[in-house]
Amino acid sequence: MTVDTLFSWLGSLIPAMEGSGTLLVIAILIPCLVLFLVVAVNAIIMVYAERKVAAFMQDRVGPMGQGVGLHAGKWGVLQTVADALKLLSKEDIIPEKADKFLFILAPFVIFIGAFVAIIAVPFGETVIVADFNIGIFYILGVGSLGVIGLILAGWSSNNKWSLYGGMRSAAQIVSYEIPAGLSIIVVIMLTSTLSMQGIIEYQSGGMGNWIIFANPFTFIAFFIFFISILAETNRTPFDIPEAESELVGGFHTEYSGMRWSFFFLSEYANMLVVSAVAATGFLGGWHSPFPGYFDSNGWSVFWMLSKIVFLIFIMMWFRWTFPRLRVDQLMNICWKVLLPISLINIFGVGFWTLIFG
Amino acid sequence: MTEFTFWFIITLTILSAGMVVLSNQLIYSAMALLSTLFGVAGIYVFLWADFIAGVQVLVYIGGILILIIFGIMLTNRISSVRLSQTNVQQGVGGAVAIWLCILMSLVISKTPWFQADASEPVGTVAEVGTLLLTKYLLPFEAISLLLLGALIGAAVLSRKEN
Repeated sequence: MTVDTLFSWLGSLIPAMEGSGTLLVIAILIPCLVLFLVVAVNAIIMVYAERKVAAFMQDRVGPMGQGVGLHAGKWGVLQTVADALKLLSKEDIIPEKADKFLFILAPFVIFIGAFVAIIAVPFGETVIVADFNIGIFYILGVGSLGVIGLILAGWSSNNKWSLYGGMRSAAQIVSYEIPAGLSIIVVIMLTSTLSMQGIIEYQSGGMGNWIIFANPFTFIAFFIFFISILAETNRTPFDIPEAESELVGGFHTEYSGMRWSFFFLSEYANMLVVSAVAATGFLGGWHSPFPGYFDSNGWSVFWMLSKIVFLIFIMMWFRWTFPRLRVDQLMNICWKVLLPISLINIFGVGFWTLIFG
Repeated sequence: MTEFTFWFIITLTILSAGMVVLSNQLIYSAMALLSTLFGVAGIYVFLWADFIAGVQVLVYIGGILILIIFGIMLTNRISSVRLSQTNVQQGVGGAVAIWLCILMSLVISKTPWFQADASEPVGTVAEVGTLLLTKYLLPFEAISLLLLGALIGAAVLSRKEN
């Protein structure tokens, strides 16, 4: 559902206003609203899933809900809703020595960075807000807006833990953007398009045509990309910007209430976006793994969402499997391991395409 | 609608560019630079240079601006330093600025600008790629060498002597 089709549909619905600017604004605002709901619901479900997954990995039961009525529900399904309500009603604390303007601005910058990227994410065969012809490049580009928000949050809090968190995240995300970008280049070399839908179109016809299985080099590229996006979304084992045991809460130490929850809203939105990019670039996007079966328009949404959820589950799994990396190990892995491998990958895919067509 | 967006972006770009120069705190200048760079990316979109707009965001906001903010944060006690916004040689500076302004307006109004036909290009990425690897290969490689030299130079200069 792109803005253009929505615009013409609204025009046919209200003939008096067909083609007017007001209608265009409405056609732009509707997807924004829907996407905001997607982000909010995504965060609520993911926080619940994260707590449950974490609990099961550690042989606990996780949030179960106590008492009767709406008190966190059965199996604690309403736990996140209750948490969200609690966060909404909490006191808004701004430290006295903080840079107030930037302190207030920072969560919004991070959120906008995550939110605008979703515009180009294809959730199904026709479910995409805008299929830019530089789609994947656009997502990589606006993703960097979040880093600026993190640094600002760390700096404006006027707290040494926050500052360390902000600096670590800047160094980490800027570095890991490079292997992530180089792995995406491998995809672009094969598909020769930057459009998200174009990349998915290329992988039609079952699992064998997915780019991850196209040749050995793309197989490696997928794992490099996945490791890099873990680092870019500050997930364990790359969560040193908010390392609880070292930095209290990292860049969001001083934040509380609604402003704090904006960080988490955008973290989960970011996870959604990067998983969608990984699914689009390597796992066939909204295509069904079995050619000819379950590949109608409705199923395409199901496949895309299940691929995204699967990747997010892997991220949660990693969180309870790997210990956190030290700063120097982090940089070593990025510059001395991932970067050379992804450069070799580009050559490899080039030669493979030349030799095997 | 398009016209409104265009003027909105232009105003935003110019106002924030003014903020970059006039703000007396470095970090606010850097923040204003963020919206200036976004505005410039928006202007590229209006010129149908979608790829260049993407590069603008990726390189200037994702790379250079972050490095600038990083640099500001590493500088000791930068928040308490108020930058002076006045100049010692106001008369001479103003005269040069006015002269430059007149000169540039003259050049802009006198130049016979090449006007491209107003049809929307289908995709610019493939075209840019082809041109970079054929017609502009030598300048492209020369720039790469220059950047490599700069990188090595920076690494050598910042290295501690044993």
